[in-house]
This record gives sequence, C-alpha cells and structure tokens, in this order.
Amino acid sequence: MVRRRSTLAERPAALAHHFDDMAQQYEASHLGMWVFLLTEIMFFGGLFTGYAVYRSTYAVAFAEGSHHLDIVLGSINTAVLISSSLTMALSVHAAQVGRRQLLVGFLLLTMLLGLVFLGIKTVEYVHKFEQHLVPGGAFRYEGPYARQVQIFMAFYFSMTGLHALHMIIGIGVLTVLVWLAWRDRFSPTYFAPIEVAGLYWHFVDIVWIFLFPLLYLIGRH
Amino acid sequence: MNTAVMPREHYLNVNYGITSWLLTTDHKRIALLYLASITLLFFVGGAAAVLMRLELLTPQGDLVQSETYNQLFTMHGVIMIFFFLIPSIPAVLGNFLVPLMLGARDLAFPRLNLLSWYIFILGALFTLTAVVTGGVDTGWTFYTPYSSTYANTHVILTALGIFITGFSSILTGLNFIVTIHTMRAPGLTWFRLPLFIWGLYATSLIMVLGTPVLAIAIVLVALERAFRIGIFDPALGGDPVLFQHLFWFYSHPAVYIMILPAMGVISELITCFARKRIFGYNFIAFSSVAIAVLGFFVWGHHMFVSSQSVYASMVFSFMSMLVAIPSAIKVFNWTATLYKGSIAYETPMLYVFGFLGLFTIGGLTGLFLATLAVDVHVHDTYFVIAHFHYIMVGGAIMGYLGGLHFWWPKITGRMYPEGWGKLAALVIFVGFNLTFFPQFVLGYLGMPRRYHFYPAEFQVLHVMSSAGASILGVGYIIPLVYFIWSLRYGAVAGPNPWGAKGLEWQTSAPPPTDNFTQTPTVTEEAYAYGSQEVHVG
Repeated sequence: MVRRRSTLAERPAALAHHFDDMAQQYEASHLGMWVFLLTEIMFFGGLFTGYAVYRSTYAVAFAEGSHHLDIVLGSINTAVLISSSLTMALSVHAAQVGRRQLLVGFLLLTMLLGLVFLGIKTVEYVHKFEQHLVPGGAFRYEGPYARQVQIFMAFYFSMTGLHALHMIIGIGVLTVLVWLAWRDRFSPTYFAPIEVAGLYWHFVDIVWIFLFPLLYLIGRH
Repeated sequence: MNTAVMPREHYLNVNYGITSWLLTTDHKRIALLYLASITLLFFVGGAAAVLMRLELLTPQGDLVQSETYNQLFTMHGVIMIFFFLIPSIPAVLGNFLVPLMLGARDLAFPRLNLLSWYIFILGALFTLTAVVTGGVDTGWTFYTPYSSTYANTHVILTALGIFITGFSSILTGLNFIVTIHTMRAPGLTWFRLPLFIWGLYATSLIMVLGTPVLAIAIVLVALERAFRIGIFDPALGGDPVLFQHLFWFYSHPAVYIMILPAMGVISELITCFARKRIFGYNFIAFSSVAIAVLGFFVWGHHMFVSSQSVYASMVFSFMSMLVAIPSAIKVFNWTATLYKGSIAYETPMLYVFGFLGLFTIGGLTGLFLATLAVDVHVHDTYFVIAHFHYIMVGGAIMGYLGGLHFWWPKITGRMYPEGWGKLAALVIFVGFNLTFFPQFVLGYLGMPRRYHFYPAEFQVLHVMSSAGASILGVGYIIPLVYFIWSLRYGAVAGPNPWGAKGLEWQTSAPPPTDNFTQTPTVTEEAYAYGSQEVHVG
C-alpha cells in the first residue's frame, strides 16, 4: 500500500496529527471499534457461558424463573430497541449526506428510544424488587427450586444490568455526538465518529436480541 | 573515539513540568510513565517475596503467622502478574517501540494510550490500598468458594483493582492491533515487520480476547461476596469450579501475554548480536500466533484434579503438549540463527543466552505438568512454582531486562555501563537458578506450595532457595542503580550504538516527539544484517 503524505498546508482540520490522511484515520477508527466489540463479545461471553452451564444443569428451574419475567414489557423493549437501531442507521445516513438537522434529529430520537428502554427496564426491576426476586438476603421464593431460581435471577440481573450499563454509556456517547453535530463538526468527508458510535449501538442492540429469548422466552413455545 | 552528540531537541526536553508528563499523549513519554510505575510495583512485589523466603529459612513458621504468609504470597502473585509482568514489555517497550518500528508518529489512539496508564494507576491504587489496609489471602487465583464466601480479607477491593487494570491491558492491546494494521510506513509489509511486532500482535490478541473473561469472572466473585447470589456457592446450588474455568480461560493465556513479547525481544536481540538474518522468519512469526491461539484451548490443564472429566483432561493434556511445538520452533530457529554468526557478548546478548536456557527448562517441565499422571503427583507443589518462575522470571523478565538494556540508548540517548551490565546479568542468572532449581527438587519430593512451615528434611533445599533469592535481589538492584546513574553520567550513545537494523535505529536518540523528521520508506527485509557489515563498538 502506498500512501500519499499530505503536507501541513492541505491537512483537514479533523485530521489528527499522527495520521497521514483521512482514509487512514477512518480505517483506524473503524478497526478500533471492531476490535473493541470483539472484547465486548468476550465480556458478555463469560456471562453467557455461566448462563449456559446453569441452564443445562437446572433446566426446569430456569423455565420457572423465566415465567416470573414480564414478557409484555420485554417485548415492548425489544421493539423499542430495534427501532432505535433504525434511527441510528438513519442518523449515519444523514451524516453521510451532510444533513445536519436531520442528523441531530435522528440522534436525539435514538437517545430518546434508549431512554424509553431504560425506563421500562427500571419498571421491571422495581417489580422484581417488590416481589422479592432480587438475589441476596431479601430473596423470597416458595417452591422446591428456590435456590436455582435465585441463580436464574442472578443471571437475569447481571446480564440485563451489564446490558443496561452499555445503554447508559451509549446514551452518553450520543449526547457528545449531538453536541458536536449541532456545532457542525461533521461533514460528508468526516463522519467516522457517527458510524463508529453506530457500530457500538447496534452491538448493544444485538446483545439484547440474544438476551430476550434466553431470559424471557424459556419454555414458552 | 566516541564522538556521538545528543540531538538538540528530543521528546524528553521538548517541554518540562509535571503536566507536560501527566497530560502527554506522546507514546514515548507514556512508556516512561509505565516504566516508573511498574518498576515501583516490581519492588513492592519483590519485598513480599523477600519476606516469604526469609520465613522459609527455617522449618517452623516463626517469622510470620500463616495468615500473614497467605497475604504475602497473594500480594506477591497479584502484583507481579497483573501489575508487573503483564504490562512490562508491552506497556513499556511496546509503547515506546511500536510506532518507531512501524515508522509512525504515534499509536493510532494516543489519548486512549494515556487513559490506559491512568486506568492502570487507578487499579494499582485499589490493590495497594487493599494491601495496606489488611491484605487479601486468597492467592492470586481467587479460587471460589473460599474467595467468594469464606475469606475475611479485602477480596472485593483487590478484585476491583485487577478488574480495573484489565481495561488498561485491553486498551493497550486494541491500540497495538489497530496501529499495526493501519500505520505501517510505506514498504513495510507484514513479512518485513520486526518479529517483536509479531510477538506483540499475538499478545494483543490475547489481551483483547482473554481479559474481558477474567473481568466478568471477577465481577461475579464480587457480586457473590456482596449479595450471596449463589453462582459459585455450592450451598446455594452454585458451582465453584465454574470460576476456575472462567479464571483460567484468561489466566493461562495470560502466561503467553507475559512470554510472547519476551520472545519478540529475543528475536530482535539475537539477530543484532549474531549479525545475521533471523533463521526461519515466517516460522517464528506464525509460531507466535500459534501460541496465542492454542493458549485459549489449554486452560483445563490447571484443573486435572478439580473434578474435571477425565476425557476433558485428556483433550486439555494433548492441547497443552501442542504448545510445545511452536515454542520449540522458536528455540530451534534462534539457535540456528546463532550458527556461524559473528556473536558479540554484550549485556543484552547475555540475557538472550539466559533466556534460551531458562525458557527451555521452563518449557520442558511444562510438559511434565501437562502429562496427566505426573501432574497428579506434582500438582500444587513447588515443582509448579519452579516451572512457572522459569517461564515468567527466567523467560519474561530476562527478555524484559535484555530489551531494556538494548533499547536504553534509544530511550535515554545514553549508554548504561557495560561492565556493570554484564555483572548484573551474571548475578541474576546465578541467583535465579539457585533460587528456583532447588524448588523443582522440593516439589518432586512433595513440598506443597503456599505453606509457611515444612518438615525439617526440606530445610537444606529451602535455605539454598532463600540464599539464591537474596543474590537475585542484589542482581535486580544493580541495574536499577546504574540505569538511574546513566541518565546523567552515561556515555552519549548516538542514534545506533549497536549498528542494529530496524526503523527505530534510523532516528536520533532520544527520538524527536514526532519520531521521524521524514517518514521512512522500507525497501529491505527485516534484519538485513550482512548486506552491509557494521561492527559494534
């Protein structure tokens, strides 16, 4: 690969000092996010492994635990999150064609949907708390599988909790992007941050696509 | 005879003041921040080892109580592994050299690089706080259910420190991978890369893929301790062995995080001081990747006696044996590189020879431990301790010190004193072997690890080991002193005191902040020694 070394005079403002040209910077930011997502896959992978082990050991108890989750709220949240991925993809497109107001609008809409998701999640958590289904000292459960259901709930909370943490970080990132987009920092030649944030957002969405059936839909054929 | 002069402006004197260091995004300065921090932590971890070896001078547990001893070996393990060995070569030499070797001006994400140092420091502070306020006694392995249910020490604080530090290692690995992919100078194709870069690339893969699994295992232990959620507690239906799986899924590959960069250093040093092209470049390059990949499929060899199914153990045993193949390929290729070379016995080369011998012993005893029946006999004995110290100290630290001496003139612009350097290398080699060879014998005879008292018949071997440790300690202090001394009084090195190949030697020493005044173009293979004879000295 032969790269052209741009002189100082013709360097675009968005080009960091240590890159040669925009193409190299674009490639680096994208690869960086993909590698980060690999890390994230392994991060969630540890929990999915633990889930798989206990689900195969305590299949009945996991199905029982799953029935205590609110399938309506879970389904609504799935729809909300998928919609947010659509608006995220649309904001990437708006950035590529240089429509600033559209970009800001779609980013705000994505954030809003993310907040709706977190709000519904909070309602679900509160319900579990009221029903004494939060693992730990306050956990109350009648039945022969009480301990195993507690393990199911532990996975429910740690997996959806980690996912929610990623949503919160994602909303934080989007806030910064809205601010930058508002100040017209992006252009059809420089929109990598939007795309890279989009990759992250879609990843968090996909994690939920796995979490929803694994946690909510056990034994409901 | 020495006419070299320091360049007028370089990365060290371009600006001064504490903020110019704490807010720097220059990869070379960040490397030095890491160097200072891990050196400090190395001596903290070393102090714990000193106390342990003092205790083990006598068969009775008379110097410290068993609880204290448990905290000492935990502190030694945690600090040496997570806060010294894992960051050592990647974060210090790697940070400094990757952009230089690639002909780039910096790593791909300079601010992320600085952030990773801050994360590292934060993690270290957590762990040191735990140590100061009462310590932790679970061993560096944090096995459940002891760590999750029974231990009455600062498990969560220490675990949090390791969790945080893990992200520093992930970010460093991510930065290296992206930099190596996207920022190579014109003409620098993958198969012209220095083998140090190949080694770090393989290391980075492990950091990125393995560390998050450890992070999640640690989070689960902390949750278990804080809320009694039952995941690792058999009384609540959990499985404590699951922790071992998650833990070793990272922590066995972590051994390769420590050794692969050292192997990369050895490849650089051996070609330079044998004045020969490396023998079997492609084999060495791919064997690094092979070790990284195989490393993810061998974790079960830590669990031969932990209720793992015998069939799983057989597979893990076989996979572990396979790691010997790429390791041996490297050793044979290095040896073949020496053949008919014009060998100069400078200090870095002494560390290379130390590495070759000690790593071979460490590697071969690893095969003993991968053998199912033998492992049952020596499991959790001093044999294991000796084995992994031959890899981690005899291998990784030898590589680190060799590399530090080799690139010291590039980092500081000044030479270390050669005579003292050779002496220290010799002292370290002798001290190391006296410390750890008796431990092979002790372990074979049945001395279990992690005990602070032992039957009287083991005393001779323990005294030998403690005597060796004190020699080893002196051996580590000598370089510390002369490296600091050389900062002011060392001879000015000039850009390429070794007559070495590689882009990092083509810029001034110390390099300017942007590394190269003009972006270099690469036109020849790596290690093109012999194409143009250069002599040392």
